[in-house]
Amino acid sequence: MIHSLFLINCSGDIFLEKHWNSVVSQSVCDYFFEAQEKAIDVENVPPVISTPHHYLISIYRDKIFFVSVIQTEVPPLFVIEFLHRVADTFQDYFGECSETAIKDNVVIVYELLEEMLDNGFPLATESNILKELIKPPTILRSVVNSITGSSNVGDTLPTGQLSNIPWRRAGVKYTNNEAYFDVIEEIDAIIDKSGSTVFAEIQGVIDSCIKLSGMPDLSLSFMNPRLLDDVSFHPCIRFKRWESERVLSFIPPDGNFRLISYRVSSQNLVAIPVYVKHMISFKENSSSGRFDVTIGPKQNMGKTVEGVVMTVHMPKAVLNMSLTATQGSYTFDPVTKVLTWDVGKITPQKLPNLKGIVNLQSGAPKPEENPSLNIQFKIQQLAISGLKVNRLDMYGEKYKPFKGVKYITKAGKFQVRT
Amino acid sequence: TDSKYFTTTKKGEIFELKAELNSDKKEKKKEAVKKVIASMTVGKDVSALFPDVVNCMQTDNLELKKLVYLYLMNYAKSQPDMAIMAVNTFVKDCEDPNPLIRALAVRTMGCIRVDKITEYLCEPLRKCLKDEDPYVRKTAAVCVAKLHDINAQLVEDQGFLDTLKDLISDSNPMVVANAVAALSEIAESHPSSNLLDLNPQSINKLLTALNECTEWGQIFILDCLANYMPKDDREAQRRVTPRLSHANSAVVLSAVKVLMKFMEMLSKDLDYYGTLLKKLAPPLVTLLSAEPELQYVALRNINLIVQKRPEILKHEMKVFFVKYNDPIYVKLEKLDIMIRLASQANIAQVLAELKEYATEVDVDFVRKAVRAIGRCAIKVEQSAERCVSTLLDLIQTKVNYVVQEAIVVIKDIFRKYPNKYESVIATLCENLDSLDEPEARAAMIWIVGEYAERIDNADELLESFLEGFHDESTQVQLQLLTAIVKLFLKKPTETQELVQQVLSLATQVGHTPGPSRGLPSPGGSGNGLLMGQQVTGSLMQSHGMVWVGRDLEDLLICHIGTLASVYHKPPGAFVEGGRGVVHKSLPPRTGSSESAESPDTAPAGVPAADQPSVIPTQGDLLGDLLNLDLGPPVSGPPVATSSVQMGAVDLLGGGLDSLLRSDVGGSPAMGGGIAPAPGTAVPSNTGAPLGSGLGDLFDLTGGGGALSGSYVAPKTVWLPAMKAKGLEISGTFSRQVGSISMDLVLTNKALQVMSDFAIQFNRNRGGWHLAPEGPVGGGGTLALGTTPVLSRRVLPRQVAVKNNIDVFYFSTLYPLHILFVEDGKMERQMFLATWKDIPNENETQFQIKDCSLNADSVSSKLQGSNIFTIAKRNVEGQDMLYQSLKLTNGIWVLAELRIQPSNPSFTLSLKCRAPEVSQYVYQAYETILKN
Repeated sequence: MIHSLFLINCSGDIFLEKHWNSVVSQSVCDYFFEAQEKAIDVENVPPVISTPHHYLISIYRDKIFFVSVIQTEVPPLFVIEFLHRVADTFQDYFGECSETAIKDNVVIVYELLEEMLDNGFPLATESNILKELIKPPTILRSVVNSITGSSNVGDTLPTGQLSNIPWRRAGVKYTNNEAYFDVIEEIDAIIDKSGSTVFAEIQGVIDSCIKLSGMPDLSLSFMNPRLLDDVSFHPCIRFKRWESERVLSFIPPDGNFRLISYRVSSQNLVAIPVYVKHMISFKENSSSGRFDVTIGPKQNMGKTVEGVVMTVHMPKAVLNMSLTATQGSYTFDPVTKVLTWDVGKITPQKLPNLKGIVNLQSGAPKPEENPSLNIQFKIQQLAISGLKVNRLDMYGEKYKPFKGVKYITKAGKFQVRT
Repeated sequence: TDSKYFTTTKKGEIFELKAELNSDKKEKKKEAVKKVIASMTVGKDVSALFPDVVNCMQTDNLELKKLVYLYLMNYAKSQPDMAIMAVNTFVKDCEDPNPLIRALAVRTMGCIRVDKITEYLCEPLRKCLKDEDPYVRKTAAVCVAKLHDINAQLVEDQGFLDTLKDLISDSNPMVVANAVAALSEIAESHPSSNLLDLNPQSINKLLTALNECTEWGQIFILDCLANYMPKDDREAQRRVTPRLSHANSAVVLSAVKVLMKFMEMLSKDLDYYGTLLKKLAPPLVTLLSAEPELQYVALRNINLIVQKRPEILKHEMKVFFVKYNDPIYVKLEKLDIMIRLASQANIAQVLAELKEYATEVDVDFVRKAVRAIGRCAIKVEQSAERCVSTLLDLIQTKVNYVVQEAIVVIKDIFRKYPNKYESVIATLCENLDSLDEPEARAAMIWIVGEYAERIDNADELLESFLEGFHDESTQVQLQLLTAIVKLFLKKPTETQELVQQVLSLATQVGHTPGPSRGLPSPGGSGNGLLMGQQVTGSLMQSHGMVWVGRDLEDLLICHIGTLASVYHKPPGAFVEGGRGVVHKSLPPRTGSSESAESPDTAPAGVPAADQPSVIPTQGDLLGDLLNLDLGPPVSGPPVATSSVQMGAVDLLGGGLDSLLRSDVGGSPAMGGGIAPAPGTAVPSNTGAPLGSGLGDLFDLTGGGGALSGSYVAPKTVWLPAMKAKGLEISGTFSRQVGSISMDLVLTNKALQVMSDFAIQFNRNRGGWHLAPEGPVGGGGTLALGTTPVLSRRVLPRQVAVKNNIDVFYFSTLYPLHILFVEDGKMERQMFLATWKDIPNENETQFQIKDCSLNADSVSSKLQGSNIFTIAKRNVEGQDMLYQSLKLTNGIWVLAELRIQPSNPSFTLSLKCRAPEVSQYVYQAYETILKN
């Protein structure tokens, strides 16, 4: 079970510790620092580290390491999920999950941690329950508190805590009743040199923002539910209804939450909305190379591809690049060797192109590795998988809610090999 | 903001806080407590404020109360007497009408690990377990687990376990989940108890609760079901399957575990089996789109799952393709799984990917990718040709580390498929000069030697390596020796000179073993067939693929989602002093012959070192291979008869290690030899003058070397004079700060002078090596340098002594106590936990008779030999000593020694995870105490 938690910033300071059982000395973190040093890059620190007497399971979120100390056998996934939940909660409470925010609210943080875990067992991790127990800080409240002497700790048992729907609190009231759904799809893809797709899949989520009074019972149906064959559900969704009718039926949590996440795998055809023509070459025995990249739209169903940004990790031997972009602007950082080209919108009439000379370190051997092009883009009002919401019905309440669905497609880990 | 709580004046900070805590103003008090908590969060010691903070406890302000409770939990242990002051408030709060306060009180009380407080806890806890409010009940359920951790006996005596079991049938799913969680935790420290013996009704209860409780509760319930439900129960499976679509990855993985165990009982022909199989793939793949940390754990588990049932993910190869910006730990895991899934059907894709990875930036990853290509070739025979051509392409890139790695890999392919791809040798030879890593050089030399008849200038190539022979690593030297001898057998006429050259070079090197090992089996390349099958195994391990054995793999399937699955080791192989291990096993498979292999007996409690199926990833490939080359017949002095399982490696790695010539002292007197000493038994350690011609000669003992208190057995005769033509050798082992020494006394009882002494030790598994020191006069101690790794049995060591008359062999048995290391003192807490934790069947009792020491002298005597007394207790007139010791290989042994003043017999109880050492430890006790 989770014994202790240390929060460590990027410069290696432990700025918060919390012990749920007995106190574990900070020196246990030395093992973590050792691993961190070995990993060089912060992202490469292994998530599970064993020490002679403990296990350290850590996550890296928002430039903070959450390092938990484990003494007994426990599913590591459980710990990692929990740590992410802690980070989410901080984000939710303080608007950001940063060292300053945590330090500024250290008492609330401590109260939260105590509320979330008891002897290693998660107690209350649902945001709406926590908010009833410990009210999030607001300027108004802190002023009121200091005048009236009241506290930000709720003194009654949260209503949702024990019901069958722990995610929703009772007595929710809104003057405007609204329900919004964002269908967000990210394309993960690897495109090889010749432009053919090595691997592609769509990671989709439906994020909801529900502000409805009372206990609404919603059902959401799709035009083409067959697309969804690999889905993870929020606990509020009735699995049986989905199994039998392919309808999402649920009593929603209050506020923002992720309703489902799904994956449309490479077996189905995943449409790739952009293509990249590239010519990157380094000449043998000369200190220069050529760089020529063009990005164009493809299979975008009449929608504009926008927010296009290309980043490239150039080989170490590259000293500088002098390029001309027909559109957007580019930067090259000679220290990290990262080339960033902010393209913007793609218009099919005039394809954006970036081309020019690469200066290499003189005398260095011709770079062997071929840089990968990472592409980001966005397409509004389109779910690339073709998923479409059919209708949303509400039962259990009498008012008429305002409903809305938004679609957006983005690049996830989208890389083009050269 | 709260950051103001951190800014206090340095001086008198505590004093200032004290004043504020005792202020009359409520608000000021609260602010002060917040400051105290803030200091606590950064690890500052504010325990001095204990009484002042406790005084703030009686308040109606819930926030203040919570803050005080937070403080109490941290510091109560360091101030047990003060903590008592808080008890009344706790007991009162347990009766509060507000369930939130009742729950808070019982929860906090359980976290205060002070004995006196726990006594007061029992009554309130009993009430809370039956509280009308489910929130209080669920908190109380967890509290039972906390209390059990502090005082297990108390929990059993008070009947809390039964109450907890009743809670499994509670009407509220959250209470059920917490009761299950608490029981599972308690059961882990009590492997033998049947706390969670589930009957059909309770299983039904759990399944109902599964649907309704929180995600965390679902994890506990699923894990519990996986451990205790070995029946073919379709209904249960039907109700578990929906969990595969849960958003929480831990829930998903626990559900996968339950279903994997179910599948064990299904016949593969059933349609149902296929359906289940299909259902498992998507959730596993989905785990890979989560955060990288989750991905890593998921991948480690998938690695196990595909070993057990590769069919689940055989169509999902692409999701394991490495993305450019994956963290390195994810990349390496993906690579490993790609190889596991590689088959004839997808090999083309896999190879194209691997080739792509070989041009990435990260050197480590590139190397692994190149090695992976070799693994593909060995795994999928049909792909070998394609792999070789891919590797050739990579060699053409001329990137130094890629070339070297590729050559190592190609050599492995040659070994697996002899006489098939030698057409590429010419290309390889072109790169000879660029190789600077020993492994690559050795590989290249092997290739040249093996195919010498097809390489026109093989002799020239090998000769070029000879120039720097002394600068090469042993690995390369050995390989060179072997290769040249092979060449000689193939082209005896032209290469005679070369052989002589290498032999003379080799004999000048201290570390190089005798030339006899260089001989390949007759026929040179004929070894291909012989080792065809073996080679795969050794290639796999040397290339970083941990070959999890079948039993272990089954065992690990039971542990999907646990730490064990991340480390691919049985639980109990890690954290010493952690919880004990519940033996978990897969249910016997129905209708299949495998049922007999139920891994029930797998030694879960044995540290990994003793678990033969876990093969360390490193491992010297060259060593392994050479070994196979040589085959069993090794001429020369007989080698260690050490353990059979390691035998193969021993031959090579250890062999006759260092050849100590008679230059032990370097004094001319040595050369003069040993004068006869007819009939006189010379006392050892006298350091008799050498010139006298009589008496004992060179006393290798470190007579002067100050021994620490470790017990040294008197010297015993290891080689009687009768057997060795007059030479008598006696000796003993001792331990001096961190190193183990063997002291030898050689006595000449013959009628003639003995000279030209040489001594030689068969290295055993641990890789002892000798460090002779000191001049002859004082006697040189042969310190056995590195610490040996003890195999489970104490092995005889063999020593050969040669003089002008003959070569003699004798073997020695070293006493176990020289292997007790200096840092064998366990912390008290750790000792307690470990003692509780080792199952009772591992406890052995011995009687030590006729020992008249008192407890203190016993403990100081034992301490001298690195057996540490951790605690002493006097119970009804008898002294109980609690002791710990650690062996060089990391095995801990815990002991309880009972001494009754009037009785000369001591009772010794030993607990150890590897019970087979107990007998030897007992013998060590006996010898130390009686001398």
